[in-house]
Amino acid sequence: MSTAEMAHEADHHGPPKGWKRWVFSTNHKDIGTMYLIFALVMLFLGGAMAMVIRAELYMPGLQIVDPDTYNNLVTNHALIMVFGLVMPAAAGMANWMIPMMIGAPDMALPRLNNLSFWLLPAAGTMLVLSMLIGFIPGTGQQVNTGWTLYPPLSIQAGMGMDMLIFTIHLLGISSILASINIVTTILNMRAPGMTLMKMPLFVWAWLFTGLLLIVIMPVLAGGVTMLLFDRHFGTAFFDAAGGGDPVLFQHLFWFFGHPEVYVLLLPSIGVLGLIIPTFSRKPLFGYKPLVWFMGILFALGLVVWAHHQYTVGMSLGAVTYFMIGTILISIPVGLMIFNFIFTMWRGSLTFETPMLFAIAIILMFSFAGVTGVMLAVVPADLQYHDTYFVVAHFHYALVPGAVFGLYAGVFYWLPKWTGHMYDEKLGKIFFWWTTIAFNITFFPQHFSGLAGMPRRIVDYSIQFTEFNVVSSLGAFAFGLSHLLFLYIIIKTIRGGKEATNKPWEGAQVGTPGLEWDLSSPPPFHSFTTPPAIK
Amino acid sequence: MNRENDIQRKSQRQALILGLVVVAMFGFGFAMVPLYKLVCSVAGINNIADSGGRVRSDVYLPGKVDRSRTITVEFDATLNTGLPWELLPAVKKVKVHPGEINVVSWHVKNNSDRKIVAQAVPGVTPWQATEYLEKIECFCFTQQTLAPGESREMPLRFVIDAKLPESIKTLTLSYTFMDTDRSALKAAGQS
Ligand SMILES: [Cu+2]
Repeated sequence: MSTAEMAHEADHHGPPKGWKRWVFSTNHKDIGTMYLIFALVMLFLGGAMAMVIRAELYMPGLQIVDPDTYNNLVTNHALIMVFGLVMPAAAGMANWMIPMMIGAPDMALPRLNNLSFWLLPAAGTMLVLSMLIGFIPGTGQQVNTGWTLYPPLSIQAGMGMDMLIFTIHLLGISSILASINIVTTILNMRAPGMTLMKMPLFVWAWLFTGLLLIVIMPVLAGGVTMLLFDRHFGTAFFDAAGGGDPVLFQHLFWFFGHPEVYVLLLPSIGVLGLIIPTFSRKPLFGYKPLVWFMGILFALGLVVWAHHQYTVGMSLGAVTYFMIGTILISIPVGLMIFNFIFTMWRGSLTFETPMLFAIAIILMFSFAGVTGVMLAVVPADLQYHDTYFVVAHFHYALVPGAVFGLYAGVFYWLPKWTGHMYDEKLGKIFFWWTTIAFNITFFPQHFSGLAGMPRRIVDYSIQFTEFNVVSSLGAFAFGLSHLLFLYIIIKTIRGGKEATNKPWEGAQVGTPGLEWDLSSPPPFHSFTTPPAIK
Repeated sequence: MNRENDIQRKSQRQALILGLVVVAMFGFGFAMVPLYKLVCSVAGINNIADSGGRVRSDVYLPGKVDRSRTITVEFDATLNTGLPWELLPAVKKVKVHPGEINVVSWHVKNNSDRKIVAQAVPGVTPWQATEYLEKIECFCFTQQTLAPGESREMPLRFVIDAKLPESIKTLTLSYTFMDTDRSALKAAGQS
């Protein structure tokens, strides 16, 4: 059966049985589920790599992996976590929740939806192969550039780099198609009465995320295409000897790379915008400004990329511009944080697992904001550049800001998805375990970074040993905590207390909350007739 | 049903428009190749050494040698990965007065059994001194072609501008020779 017949079939019946349900799926919930499972697999893969990295760094000297393999692991860890975990998980939640939130029967372009998911497993396989192929003799140097793929090193790397470039093309197509689908769904599929300014914040967040991806992904694709041409077709886009400029690649990469940070963060900010009002039992404080702040973030985010390149020798005028632009970004982000805090202010708070995550995210993400402003300052950054201070900064931004936000979303929506309540006690244990372990892992890296420990190097000077021992022990605990996460999810899928339509008392405070009008789990087709908006 | 068809058509049209945005942004990346060079040379934002906003004069004015100051100029030679040449300045460093013309000979030899075209790229440390070191004649102005085993003495003629900031007593002029043939670098990475 083709996807076309499938879409037609499914209009009349329930889900088809067996593997066809998944392979030919055009159903937003099934595709959302597949996205989430894919992300979960990648979480453990990327996490396992992080464990090897931290085991190697437990002591100075070389113990487990050689320098090239180490850098290969660092490269793949980053790419897997960014493209394999956070983006697919966020896309999975968008698939699951956005049609229900806006009162639509499904996504606007369901067959495209099928394609954008199924490109992912192909890309994921290719990504892993790009890492493994370097171990076969005769395939050249491993992919040892870090996720930024700077030439000339990326031009010298072996066959793995070609596979990686191909992977990025696949990932790019997948996320562009998914974004086009989500944007058109939001613009066209809203139930009558669901005006743009009534949409849940999560939907707004994804509207900006989708548009951002549509703008930046092609630029990265173009950049790596030039890289491929430089590698095989004798061009010299990035080669100084042939009249090119390696710094041009950095500009292209970071034109994508900086907004990519918002691609990772915005969906989680959207999730927080639902969870905090729910468990404060108060409408979101300043909904309209929050939408505006996201819009400002979208615009500013596109014009500050070169703060990653202060050390390349741009003119003082140029670095000053990028410094001021970057510091300006802290204003809308800071105001967002205040909006969330004011939402909690004098609310009747309860501390279920999603809310615990939300509060912890606000604290830790604000901390990352502060180190971010430090890094934005040119003279200071020349000192911090490429040290563990940067590593600590972006892990504080992305683990709480993106990954924990998604965990919060998982706990918030698991009852809706599965029809069962998760084990609240285990959820809380997971929260405390993972949050404390995260801080033990990354907090010491601020100090080793300020003391001058460089990143992306397999070995380090012995005076950094203590910090690294603490960091590694924290990392092992952090990694282990995810086994509990997996256990909670499986346990919830298999059974548990029945979830009502609206398991969270405050879920519809100040928002139409259409998704909570549906049963838990929702029917195969969400809204066959458009719901009435209160 | 009518509403559904309308939505369907609208969605497809929007998807097409967004697709065009994607194509345009892909083109934008490639457009950056010429634009980047243009913007950088017009606005002068790509080089920290241009930051002073000082207009450099290409005309050397003789007879203004400042004998009260002595500047040490050090030379550094680097070969890019995969270039089988040797490169040596005749002296490691020279002591010069601002305003006088200096000549230093550089020796270069192709140690391989094939003809190689290479380009030298200069750099000055500290960068603040860049605009005060004026090269009158340099092997880096053009590409150098060496037959197998061929060697050559190349002159470098330069003047230190008398306006060089007082604080700079020593500066380093460094050259990196790069093979203009792309595949050489790749081959070096493979080995
Ligand atoms: Cu950035």
